[in-house]
Amino acid sequence: MAQKAIREAQGKKMIARLLKEYDGGKYTVEDSFISVSPETDLEALPKEYPWLDSTKVVVKPDQLIKRRGKNNLLLLDARWNEAREWISERMQTEITIDGVTGLLDHFIIEPYIKHDEDDEYYVAITSVREGDNILFYHRGGVDVGDVDEKAEKMLVPIGDFPSASDIEKNLLGYLNDERKGIVAGFIEVLFKLYADCHFAYLEINPLVVVDDRVHILDLAAKLDSTADFLCKTKWDGIEFPSPFGRVLTEDEAYIEELDSKTGSSLKLTILNPKGRVWTMVAGGGASVIYADTITDLGYMDEMANYGEYSGDPNEEFTYKYARTILDCMTREIDPRGKFLLIGGAIANFTDVASTFKGIIRALKEYRQKLIDNKVKIFVRRGGPNYKEGLRQMKELGQTLGVPIEVFGPEAHMTKIVKLALKGGN
Amino acid sequence: MKTATNKPDYVLFDRTTRAFIYNMQTKAVQRMLDFDYASKREIPSVAAIINPTGSDSYSKFFFGPQEILLPVYKSMQTAAEKCPDADVMINFASFRSAADATLEALQLPQIRTVVIIAEGVPERKMKEVIARAKELNKVIIGPATIGGIVAGAFKIGNTGGTIENILESKLHRPGSVGCVSNSGGLSNETYNIIARNTDGLYEGIAIGGDRFPGTTLVDHLLRFEKNPAIKMLVALGEVGGNDEYEIVKALQEKKITKPLVIWVTGTCAKAFKTEVQFGHAGAKADLEMETADAKNKALREAGAYVPDSFDDYDKLINEVYTGLVKEGVIIPAPEPEIPKIPVDYDTALKSKMIRKPANFVSSISDDRGEECLYGNKTISQVVREGLGIGGTISLLWFKRLMPQYALKFIEMCLIITADHGPAVSGAHNCIVATRAGKDLVSSLVSGLLTIGPRFGGAIDGAAQMISEAYDTNTPPAQFVAEMKKKGVNIQGIGHRVKSTHNPDLRVTLIKEYAQQNFKETPLLNYALEVEKITTTKRDNLILNVDGCIGVCFADLLRNEMTKEEADEYIRMGALNGLFVLGRSIGLIGHHLDQKRLKQGLYRHPWDDIAFLNE
Repeated sequence: MAQKAIREAQGKKMIARLLKEYDGGKYTVEDSFISVSPETDLEALPKEYPWLDSTKVVVKPDQLIKRRGKNNLLLLDARWNEAREWISERMQTEITIDGVTGLLDHFIIEPYIKHDEDDEYYVAITSVREGDNILFYHRGGVDVGDVDEKAEKMLVPIGDFPSASDIEKNLLGYLNDERKGIVAGFIEVLFKLYADCHFAYLEINPLVVVDDRVHILDLAAKLDSTADFLCKTKWDGIEFPSPFGRVLTEDEAYIEELDSKTGSSLKLTILNPKGRVWTMVAGGGASVIYADTITDLGYMDEMANYGEYSGDPNEEFTYKYARTILDCMTREIDPRGKFLLIGGAIANFTDVASTFKGIIRALKEYRQKLIDNKVKIFVRRGGPNYKEGLRQMKELGQTLGVPIEVFGPEAHMTKIVKLALKGGN
Repeated sequence: MKTATNKPDYVLFDRTTRAFIYNMQTKAVQRMLDFDYASKREIPSVAAIINPTGSDSYSKFFFGPQEILLPVYKSMQTAAEKCPDADVMINFASFRSAADATLEALQLPQIRTVVIIAEGVPERKMKEVIARAKELNKVIIGPATIGGIVAGAFKIGNTGGTIENILESKLHRPGSVGCVSNSGGLSNETYNIIARNTDGLYEGIAIGGDRFPGTTLVDHLLRFEKNPAIKMLVALGEVGGNDEYEIVKALQEKKITKPLVIWVTGTCAKAFKTEVQFGHAGAKADLEMETADAKNKALREAGAYVPDSFDDYDKLINEVYTGLVKEGVIIPAPEPEIPKIPVDYDTALKSKMIRKPANFVSSISDDRGEECLYGNKTISQVVREGLGIGGTISLLWFKRLMPQYALKFIEMCLIITADHGPAVSGAHNCIVATRAGKDLVSSLVSGLLTIGPRFGGAIDGAAQMISEAYDTNTPPAQFVAEMKKKGVNIQGIGHRVKSTHNPDLRVTLIKEYAQQNFKETPLLNYALEVEKITTTKRDNLILNVDGCIGVCFADLLRNEMTKEEADEYIRMGALNGLFVLGRSIGLIGHHLDQKRLKQGLYRHPWDDIAFLNE
């Protein structure tokens, strides 16, 4: 639940579909966008979209990748057969951008709009505490540079809707009169749509004006996903894709599915499957601190996972969550041994003893594997019924054959990190 | 009642603060009252509960060992009129309505502070709330927070967790430290660290994990700065956003001068190659300056005490505190006595501290689990295994699953007893009641109430009479003679129209089924011997349907349980129950039939009544 990025094609389609609701049909923008995924039959596309044969097209990946132009991920002014080839060559191939490697699997095809460089503008709307900032720069495109520095800015207080003349006055000083009218009117409508559809971020670069028509050539947008209950119809089932490069492993996908089945929260990200430091931490805040401390103590490269369970998951869910982590951490033996940190802050409501029940069940099940992997376990937790929970963990430590050290609120929350990694020093 | 006094701006909550709780959050209210009692507050901190989906009423709570009533109001407006001294609204509305409820609360002149607990309030809605609060010079805490606490004075909702934790973290009496964090989940942890390393918390606020919290870290630090009771500041920030730079600015501008120990969490973000959304909506760094490392560095440079890692947070807090004690800025106060807070019954029971004999026992069904049990079978099992009504009765009446032949027999009895036309007492009464305009239950009961020794009671009577004669080894002839001598009709013998020449097919059906399927039928055999004798006297003195069901059912029970058990069931009225249940089907039918036919009030005609007025 937060600000979440959407695909360019879906964002553009949404704007094209809804624009008329805010201006009575004064502005229309292109709505011929084709989304291509690995399932798309490229050969069949021209039948469905006859304009492909008659119009030159633009193709680019649609996977929340920034600076596609600079990264050579943009095909401009191409015939359909060129475009098809370009996509086929790249579909399902790995690329690395800014150190992140990922699979290309979504593209957008749209009509190529012939225009001059002078027709390109930069428009963005960003959400700030006091309202929203509209940014405009009279140049656009890949080489726009630092817009934060250069662009004209206008703060729209929350609840306000700027008129075209406000916009013209505040943002469009560099445009000629004819363009001023078109662009100001468009931004006025765009802002209404942005606000009403609970966008959290909207960037059009470039916005192009040819004759008297406005074109959104490139769009990056985020929606505030918490507004889902207000915008269900307007969003029309829009999806929030994972960031580029983030392909879920089988285990991560399993936990994500588990998470979706419970009102509680279960999260898992595998950072380094060969890492020797594994965490099973209760609480969103505490889990970050455990990961921080491992990083701060210089064990960033050994940190195997990030994750958390919270919101009082029942024994079954805790068991499945714990089992998944134990399975991941015992797949490959490292002669130096491994560490499992079962950590957490002092809980507000969660019954510590009952969540530990699920974890203990999983630990018992993985007993032999834990021994084989030379795992050392460190526990720290507080909250309702914690004494009983810690007692059970201590008791387990005497029979499991795996060393378990157990601490309560008397120990600093991250003490077990130091104890595990530095022997307490 | 007095209205909220003019408190300094920096005081949001004190020992006289009274709050409204929006939504029926009885557990949170009780936790607040327990805290109040532990803090020796004179009046409860909750003025009233606002329950928008209920009606004006009262709700019971404990204040220490004593039970008190708190008013519940449907509207905020009424609550405000009735409790003019309340100046805080603790808003437990869901993410859907939290913003609107807050806007409504802000309109009430007496409200100074609104706390929003819900997680997932749309950002745009929240920004409207923030703007409105600013305009009215009011304070918002949250959303997505547990709340906050002023030690020994006022506690928001569930802050501090259990009462044991509150006492362990010394939140029942004031210390000297002002603490603010994003995370509500970590607030208990921070208060614990403060309790162990200083003279304790004075005030703690969790601003919540959203991108646009109603008040920010710096808002509260500036407030703490102004409060002379607070000597030292502790804060816990997080990656994402730029709130912490406001703190940097305040430090640089000397707006914050009290020693501040702060740590920004999320230094691990650099270990993640792609974007990972941490637990909180706001916890995501979009720019270099939003990273935890950058923030920690800037804060350190601005003069805050920043540890190298969270691991040293406690030590640094202790160091700064010890310094303040040495300087004489803080003089630790003696620990006050803690009033004994009675343990909640449920908690005590769960921890096996107490026991109590139950007032109720039940052994046939249990709805405490995932699915309700009939005996040892779940309802879905009863349906899936096709146990039918017979099986259901077997489980719920006789606490065992009898074999298929028995279940079928039970159902057969129900079918046969279901109705016997509109003229019999039960149906007649039911029809008369229906026509008098009564509802289904009244009409049904009106019919059922006629069941007794003369109507429907023969099943029970026959079973008891025949089994007594059989069990005492009375020869049938002797039994008939004795009855004759006593002038008692043998129950279950005799029919108005049916006779040996014109047998009742229902009786034949039951008799044959029993003879073919039961292990043994001694009572039926005995009854048939009796019938042989009685029919020699008059050919309509046959074993009738009530008698046949009665003796066969008694045989069935003796087949499936001990004689003693079987007799006990009959004594308790199980056979009567069979007739009541079966006939209810017919009676309901008559009720529906009369309604359907729109029959008006029945009045018995005079000419059908012999008036014997002499």
